[in-house]
Amino acid sequence: MVSLTVNNRTHELDVEPDTPLLYVLRDELGLHGAKYGCGLGQCGSCTVMVDGKAVFSCVTPIALLDGKTVTTVEGLGTVEHPGPMQAAFIKEQAAQCGYCIAGMMMRAQALLLHDPHATEADIRAALEPHLCRCGTHMRILRAVHQAAEMMRTQTASIAPANAAPASIAPAGAKHTGS
Amino acid sequence: MASSKRVNSVLWAAATVAVIVLAAVIYAWRPTIAPITPPAPSSFDPALVQRGAALAALGDCNTCHTGSDGRTFAGGLPIPTPFGTIYSSNITPDPKAGIGRWSEAAFSRAMRDGIDREGRYLYPAFPYDHFTLVSDADNHALYAYLMTRQPVEKTAPPPELPFPLNIRMVMAGWNLLYLKTGPFKPDPNHDATWNRGAYLVEGLGHCGACHTPRNWLGAERRTDFFGGGDAEGWHAFTINAASQSPIPWDEASLYSYLRTGFHGLHGVARGPMAPVVGNLGTVDDKDLHAMAIYVASVMGKPEAAREANAKKLAASVRTTGNGTIPQSGGIQSVTPAATDKAEGAAIYATTCATCHESGRPVPYGGIGLQLSSAIADSSPRNLINVILNGVPAADGTKGPMMPGFGDVMNDKQIDALVNYLRGHFGAKPAWSDVPNEIAAARAEIAHAQTISAPAPSTTGTNAPPKPGNAGKTQP
Repeated sequence: MVSLTVNNRTHELDVEPDTPLLYVLRDELGLHGAKYGCGLGQCGSCTVMVDGKAVFSCVTPIALLDGKTVTTVEGLGTVEHPGPMQAAFIKEQAAQCGYCIAGMMMRAQALLLHDPHATEADIRAALEPHLCRCGTHMRILRAVHQAAEMMRTQTASIAPANAAPASIAPAGAKHTGS
Repeated sequence: MASSKRVNSVLWAAATVAVIVLAAVIYAWRPTIAPITPPAPSSFDPALVQRGAALAALGDCNTCHTGSDGRTFAGGLPIPTPFGTIYSSNITPDPKAGIGRWSEAAFSRAMRDGIDREGRYLYPAFPYDHFTLVSDADNHALYAYLMTRQPVEKTAPPPELPFPLNIRMVMAGWNLLYLKTGPFKPDPNHDATWNRGAYLVEGLGHCGACHTPRNWLGAERRTDFFGGGDAEGWHAFTINAASQSPIPWDEASLYSYLRTGFHGLHGVARGPMAPVVGNLGTVDDKDLHAMAIYVASVMGKPEAAREANAKKLAASVRTTGNGTIPQSGGIQSVTPAATDKAEGAAIYATTCATCHESGRPVPYGGIGLQLSSAIADSSPRNLINVILNGVPAADGTKGPMMPGFGDVMNDKQIDALVNYLRGHFGAKPAWSDVPNEIAAARAEIAHAQTISAPAPSTTGTNAPPKPGNAGKTQP
């Protein structure tokens, strides 16, 4: 059994140790924000945060994660109350097909948690592992800048919201509260 | 009287010191070479410029002389040394910040003697102890190439060195001890190709700058030629007869590795070697062959036992043939069950094996780790660096890559994995200093992140620390 806290809820998971975190999130917990892209850690669409750091969930086996804390894009806010990163991406309309965007947002969130004053160069360098074939790159950059600004001015909302919506209650996983 | 005697002896001592200093200054003094009006790029023969471009790639000039802002040859890259940080100089033809007012004689003197146009001593972070071997003809071509680049007005920050190293003239003493000026003398016992390789490897290629260990004064220990050294937080492998590579190198594998940046039985160039092979990938075939021949001859023929073992190892590696397209994770090979209960074995089986036992050849899959030079090496540092950082994708070209696991594995997990890999795949005695090396590698990454963003100005001072970064620690 692996104990994993996802978006502030703790789960005891009975899965094979080599199961990628991505599969656990999508198949066991019903969190479909993180996307399956290449499965090789080369495209970034599966990115989530583990203990505040951006990681590729498709190449991260659950065996490494016992006791750790995972935040997915669902943990950044809700439809009613989007977090700063989500609000900025909505405002800039930074998604076209949107497949890469959850990963981009989680990488950017991890960057800004670590460095709220990240420069344009820092943001570009951080997002370098993420591929987007639609081409909203400039909007994505603007959105991250805007999210940084919002986070700096409303420090209260920096912390990932306690916000996995109740409607996506995980199937096949036991809750032990949050 | 006692006090006047003391005054006398103090005066004598002072005078002696003054005479010694004066003599040293007279010995070390180098004249300024008169500035020139920057020559028009059109005044250089294009064929010569092209030859210079190939030589500059061979010398890996752009790697050190390009800062994080990406302006090629404009310098400003911080180069950490055991003595302090030195910033690479601007070698674009900018008349103020670069070498625009340098004559060819001034350029050649810098290459041969490590003295700049104004007669100031350069620090041997610029490997003039190698470049001194470069021929006049090659300096002529290099000069033509550099003087026809785009000028960039950007002044490098001054070196951050403690007294007395901050006095450049002190390097006259270092040169007296360690600089053996050129030109290159061919060895009559070897043929022209071998000598061409020696000239390129020892001279412009300056391979020994990383691959030969250095003494306490930062000079290469020639008695341990190619014995392995330290470079920017990586261990430059031993590339002489004592090479730890599980499969012995030969001329053909060296050539292929230097040309493509990887080899199916050796793995991938990474760390500071990655830009080197990026440059070498463009150089003339004959020259690259010559370099491979020379380095292979330094390594010599492996002992029979090592060769037999290598044959067994190579046969144990199963690949599905060259040109196999990288498949997505969904149809990766089935993860092998952990062979033992150890934490490191479990981490290997769940995390590493899907690529490293995928059967896909390098660069589409990871090499079988029984072939890994990093696991066989005397130092665990390169293995730790690769686990933490992965192998970043090369810019603009196909190549091997690996995601890093530093943000998801804690130090205990990395320690367990490193020890397992060493014992299981390296079949060598455990490294003794793994936890310290993990901490050092993590510190290096954190440090690289703080200096990776380009400085906002070109005033020659360090950028102030960004607010909010103070006191950040690695978890």
